[in-house]
Amino acid sequence: MRKFIAFLILFSFALTLPLSQALAQKAGDKADETLIRNATVLTITHGTLQDADVLIRKGKIAGVGKNLKASANARVIDATGKYVMPGIIDCHSHSMLDAINEGSVAVSSMAHTRDVLNPTDVDLYRELAGGVTTLNLLHGSANPIGGLNTVVKIKYGRPVDEFIFPGAMPGIKFALGENPKRSSNPVIPGVQRRYPVTRMGVEEVIRDAFTRARDYKKAWDEYNAAVKRGDKNLIPPRRDLQLEPLVEVLEGKRYVHSHCYRADEILMLINIANEFGFKVKTFQHVLEGYKVAKEIARHGAGGSTFADFWGYKIEAYDAIPYNTAIMTRAGVVVSVNSDSDERARRLNVEAAKAMRYGNLSEEETLKLITINPAIQLGIQERVGSIEVGKDADLAIWNGHPLSVYARVDTTIIDGDIFFDRQQDLARRSELEKERAQLEQAEPNRPGTGGGTPRTPRGRRPSTDDDDLWQGDEP
Amino acid sequence: MTGRDAETRGPGDTEIKRMGDGEMGRQGDLVEISRAVIAATKTEERGQAALPDHELIRVERFSPPLNAFQSDLCGTSENASQVRKGGLPPLELGMRTARMILPLATILLFLTAAAAQQIGNPTAQQGVTPPRGAFVIRNAHIVTLNGPDIENGSVVIRDGKIEAVGVTVNVPSGAQTIDARGLSVYPGMMDAGTAMGLVEVGQGAAGTVDTAELGDLNPNAKAIIAINPHSAHIAVTRVDGVTSAVSLPTGGLISGQAAIINLVGTTPQEMAVVPYAALVINFPRTARRGGEFGAEQQPDVDLNATLTANERQIDQIRKMMRDALAYGLAQDAFAKDTSLPRPDQNIVLEALVPYVRGERPVILRADREAEIRGAIKFAEEMKLKPIILGGDDAWKITALLKEKDVPVILTGIQSLPLREDDAYDTLYEAAAKLKAAGVRFCISTGNSGSDVRTLPFHAGLAAAFGLSKDEALKAVTLYPAQIMGVADRLGTIEIGKLANLVVTDGDLLEVRTHVRYLFIDGRQVPLTSRHTQLNDAFKDRR
Repeated sequence: MRKFIAFLILFSFALTLPLSQALAQKAGDKADETLIRNATVLTITHGTLQDADVLIRKGKIAGVGKNLKASANARVIDATGKYVMPGIIDCHSHSMLDAINEGSVAVSSMAHTRDVLNPTDVDLYRELAGGVTTLNLLHGSANPIGGLNTVVKIKYGRPVDEFIFPGAMPGIKFALGENPKRSSNPVIPGVQRRYPVTRMGVEEVIRDAFTRARDYKKAWDEYNAAVKRGDKNLIPPRRDLQLEPLVEVLEGKRYVHSHCYRADEILMLINIANEFGFKVKTFQHVLEGYKVAKEIARHGAGGSTFADFWGYKIEAYDAIPYNTAIMTRAGVVVSVNSDSDERARRLNVEAAKAMRYGNLSEEETLKLITINPAIQLGIQERVGSIEVGKDADLAIWNGHPLSVYARVDTTIIDGDIFFDRQQDLARRSELEKERAQLEQAEPNRPGTGGGTPRTPRGRRPSTDDDDLWQGDEP
Repeated sequence: MTGRDAETRGPGDTEIKRMGDGEMGRQGDLVEISRAVIAATKTEERGQAALPDHELIRVERFSPPLNAFQSDLCGTSENASQVRKGGLPPLELGMRTARMILPLATILLFLTAAAAQQIGNPTAQQGVTPPRGAFVIRNAHIVTLNGPDIENGSVVIRDGKIEAVGVTVNVPSGAQTIDARGLSVYPGMMDAGTAMGLVEVGQGAAGTVDTAELGDLNPNAKAIIAINPHSAHIAVTRVDGVTSAVSLPTGGLISGQAAIINLVGTTPQEMAVVPYAALVINFPRTARRGGEFGAEQQPDVDLNATLTANERQIDQIRKMMRDALAYGLAQDAFAKDTSLPRPDQNIVLEALVPYVRGERPVILRADREAEIRGAIKFAEEMKLKPIILGGDDAWKITALLKEKDVPVILTGIQSLPLREDDAYDTLYEAAAKLKAAGVRFCISTGNSGSDVRTLPFHAGLAAAFGLSKDEALKAVTLYPAQIMGVADRLGTIEIGKLANLVVTDGDLLEVRTHVRYLFIDGRQVPLTSRHTQLNDAFKDRR
């Protein structure tokens, strides 16, 4: 039996590894210099340029304009009739996380998404094919104060360390409302429920944590001051891995990204933040943000929301597709996110819904998935627009990216190609052949003896914050 | 009232008030309103049009509890008795009870509707059916889907139907004119794979979920019974141009019967295009469930055990269907010769008879290749009229689907591919592959209700990956109508069809396009929903 299990493991590796390697083989195609020629360039910050070139050198944008010259050995991409836009930034993702919720405690700020990154997650490739280049990987929403986030570039096919976005502001997930109070968890007799179970308790947990964090910070500040004064033989305060990130929040060194739905809980967190003297960087989902847009703007928080996803649970029942536009017009920096490996593949269409419902301009709409999420993650100096000196994170589309009919041809990160549709199509027959060979090698196929195969897994779950009703899944 | 007026109207300005003086009685007087509605419905022929005679007879003979419902649907007991041809004596009592409870039920319905205005649809105009009238849409680009587009043309709507289409038309006197210069007219979209009206809030509000009855075999569970005409989803969906839907139950093996509904109406009966449109079967799965929270934690299952269990389940369905065939034969024989022993009435088997006789379609949910093959084989064995719902792997077996002429309702365009090593665009381009192979198909969201409004973007995505724009358009208009057997009434802009029309300022499938006017069942429907009203209420808060 052990042998069989070991074989199964080997076999499943054999099945997935060569395929993913083959997929990644060409991905990450390197070139010191690349010239994208004759495209419509959506710079985001400097308007739209017709028949323009983008020159990439050593992973950075080296030129944007007409008739740019590249060196003789540069890779040249003819983008006539095509559109170049910055790589899309998804400000709420759980892709490549092997675990999402440390739900056993109400304050799980010691848990770090960095420790559970899986760089072989195939959904990363699917997202690249949707023009996405950067993800904000967030802990789940099971706790009023959740774990730490990781911002990554989707360098699919590279070692995991290369994914980490250098210099991105560290962040932490908070969550308000139904999820942290575990409303949808069954009450099991004899099993102690986790505090809190009401919005009152959620507020109290956050208040208590920051009260402790403030004391903890004071203890360290006093200790450091004493050391500085030259006091000897001091005992340092005991390190507290739960409170350290919260001290960073108080010091403005760590961004708070808070899951929320209802207007009242948004105001609650603003009040706590004001009281303790920190800022909420983004309200995530923020489906009722349109009801308190001016308060969010006054606090200086951003809003990262769904385009039109609503009604899947009680607290999403007042969500409206005009949310993006109302918050934008109130002065909130707004992004449209996916919170789903599936939706992440078509964030261009998700953003365009702001034009359908809220009549945002094309420029405002493009910002929802580029420079605005960059600002929300503190990476706006590096990505989010096509400007000289910024990272060469780009996607080339065969039509205007806000059109439902548009498709990505090429996705580039730091000047290297990580998705190319033509290469993908060219590899398919080869992959088919490989798959057939592997199936032939299956010792358990009918008529060859061996153990009984397992029932195949269903569709890979598209991870997200909420346990959604699956009406189409009988 | 034009659509543009509707767009700018505030949330407090309700339709009940507007219609109140002329047609519907005083606002706030619920009894008056309900009486008025009964009277209005009495003069409406729609009721019987929606429920053909044979439907009513069948129901009355074999399903007494439905009588009260039906008479309620028809608005008056007189109406009901007109079509009650084969009613059995014991049912008279049921009818009488229905007569007595009708006014009370109607009042209750409206009290509920009034209360629901707070949490469901904020205004009554989404709850009360707008009147039919005569309209002419002028100067429009008309996408008929029944021939070339017409430039600068007109569409005439009267009595719920399309009366004329063309560059020059006869306009009935008194017709309301809509100048559509610069705008386009399309047939309304239809989503053939929803649970519209059966679910309000999926999670945390079990009381609003009516999709899955207990038990595995429920052919007598009928979606039309539980569709909530006042669900916020209905207005939210139609203002984006989706004007009709197939609402399907989801539970067990035989889930029940789906209804084809227009997305306007005060009662399920007003909404019904075909109340009992198809039987829904969940064909047993050959893979474990996926896509759900916790799916990763499911224990491994032996494939042989799964297949054996599947065979058992298929056998359950087979046995019930054979019983239904026998039951139908027994009933027919008794009808011809009353000296034969009278077969006991069985409403469950009775519900199955038209489906096992191949008179109405059977929708089989199946996604994987083996499931689809199994479903087709089963349908052939039982001589059913099959439609595949889901169909993620249908592109793999196009030759079989074409040979057997089995249509597919594709619900997976926006789903993640089934397998990790599937090409990234496997499901994006599934529709194009079915088209190229000559398989009949249509595109659906497969969504319970709240996201059905995204239907045009599912079709648009298929068009980004190989399907022509024209085909993508047909995949959400004409093709679902053809597959569901209602292409004589829906799906194109043709004389005599139901006036389900969408007037837009651009390509119907394009995201940035706005719907400017909306007609369903010949009624001009205001472009308001729970969402537009919340927008109006908060957008200017400073």
